[in-house]
Amino acid sequence: MNPFSVVYDFSSFFVRSIFISWKIRTTKWRILQQVYYVGVGSLPIILVIATFVGLVSTVQTSYQLIGTVPRYVIGLAVGRMVMIELAPMLTALMVSGRCASSMAAEIGTMRVTEQIDALETMAVNPYRFLNLPRIIGTFIALPILTVISEADALFFGAAYAHYFLRIPFSIFSYGLTHYFYPKDFFGGLAKSLFFALVIAAAGCYFGFRVKGGAKEVGKAATYAVVTASILILVLDFLIALVIYG
Amino acid sequence: MIEVKDLSKNFDSLVVLDKVSFCIDEANLVVVLGPSGTGKTVLLKSMIGLSPVDCGEVIFDGKSIQKAQESEIYEIRKNIGFVFQSTALFDSMNVMGNIALPITEHTSVTAEEVNDRVAQILKIIGMSGKERLYPRSLSGGMKRLVAIGRALALDPKYLFYDEPTTGLDPVMRERVVNLILDLKTDYAKSGIVVTHDLDTAEAVGDVIFMLKKGKISRLSHIGKESYNE
Repeated sequence: MNPFSVVYDFSSFFVRSIFISWKIRTTKWRILQQVYYVGVGSLPIILVIATFVGLVSTVQTSYQLIGTVPRYVIGLAVGRMVMIELAPMLTALMVSGRCASSMAAEIGTMRVTEQIDALETMAVNPYRFLNLPRIIGTFIALPILTVISEADALFFGAAYAHYFLRIPFSIFSYGLTHYFYPKDFFGGLAKSLFFALVIAAAGCYFGFRVKGGAKEVGKAATYAVVTASILILVLDFLIALVIYG
Repeated sequence: MIEVKDLSKNFDSLVVLDKVSFCIDEANLVVVLGPSGTGKTVLLKSMIGLSPVDCGEVIFDGKSIQKAQESEIYEIRKNIGFVFQSTALFDSMNVMGNIALPITEHTSVTAEEVNDRVAQILKIIGMSGKERLYPRSLSGGMKRLVAIGRALALDPKYLFYDEPTTGLDPVMRERVVNLILDLKTDYAKSGIVVTHDLDTAEAVGDVIFMLKKGKISRLSHIGKESYNE
C-alpha cells in the first residue's frame, strides 16, 4: 500500500466529512449525542488516569528536585508537566482507545450490514450523518475532558505534596501560579483540539473502509486506535515545536 | 419511467451484466428472475448508483443517474424506495426511528406530523402498535415489512425490492407479496423486484425478465424448465 495514497485518501475523507452542508437542524442532536458519548462516557476513566498522573508526577518531581531547589518549584514543575504534556496527551490516548475503536467498529458494522448503503438510498449523506457528528462531538468534548483532567491531576498532586511531602497547598499553588504562562494552558488545549480531530477521523475512516465481515470490523477498530495513537504522538511533537520550540 | 440502457459490469474477468437493457413503465412492476449469484443485486445497486458500472446508463424520468452530480443523485433517490435483502434496518433505532429517519432528514414537518406519517405507514404494512420495538426483537418477516415501510417513508414513485420473500415462511411470504401488490394497485408504486423465487415472480410481476450469465431476456411465461436451463 502506497503511504502517500493512504495519506491522500485519509485527508480527502476528512475534508469530505467536514466541508459539506451541515444541515444543523437534524445534525445538532447527533453532535450532542457524541459529545455525551465521548465526554461523559470517558469521564470516569479520565478521572482515574488524571488522579494517578497527578500523584506520580508529584512523586517523581519531588524525588528529582527536593532538597536542591525551593519547594515551590515542585508546584511549578508538576503544573507545567501536567498542563503542557501529560493531561492533553494521556487524555487523548485514553479517548482514542475508547472512542476511535468504537467508532470504527460501529461504522464498520453499519458498512457490512448495508446500513450505510441504506442511508445512501434514502438520499442521506453518510459523511454528514455518521462522520460529522463524531468529529465535531469529539472536537467539543476532548478539550473539556483535558481541562477536567488537568484540574484533577493538579488537585491530587497538590494533595499528595501537602500530606506526604509536607509542602503546604499555599507553597505548591505559589509555584503553580507565580510562574504560570497562559501558553502553558492554551498550548495544551490547542493540542487537544488537534488530537480530537485525529481520533474521530481515524475511527470514522477505518470504519467506512471496512470490506468483508466481523474479522475486518475487528481489524478496523485496531487500525483506528493504532493510527490515532501514532498521529497523536507525531502531532504532539509538531505542536510542541511550534508553541514551545 | 425508468430506462436501463446497455448496462455492463465486470468483476475482473467475470461478466456480471452484459449490455442489460429494459424499461419500467408507470405503475408497472418488473421482475428480474435468476438463480442466486447471477448479479441481480448488482443490477439493482447499479441502477440506483450505489455500485459503479463499466458502461451504460439508467435514466429516471429523463435524468441519467450515471451522469448526475452527487446532489442530483440524491434528488433522484428521493423518488426511490429501496428494500434490501438483508433489510439493513438501523439496529440502534426502533421501528419508529427507522421509518421516521428519511422524513426528518428531508422534510421540516413537526414531530406530530412525523408520528402521523409513521402511524399511516405502519397501518399500510400491517404493523400498527409495533413502533417502539427494536429490529433485534423482530422476526425476519417483520423486519422485511419494516424495511418496506421505511422505503415508503418519502412516498417515493418507485420501489426497488431485493429478494423480498427470500427466507420467509409461507404465511409471511404471502403477506409480503400481497403488500407489494397493494402498493402497486392502491398506491401506484412502480418498480422492480429481483428474486430467484418463481412463485413470487409470477405473483407480482407485470413483466418478467430472466438474468443469466450477464444477459437479460424477457419471458413470455414462467416455467421451471426455462429457469433450470
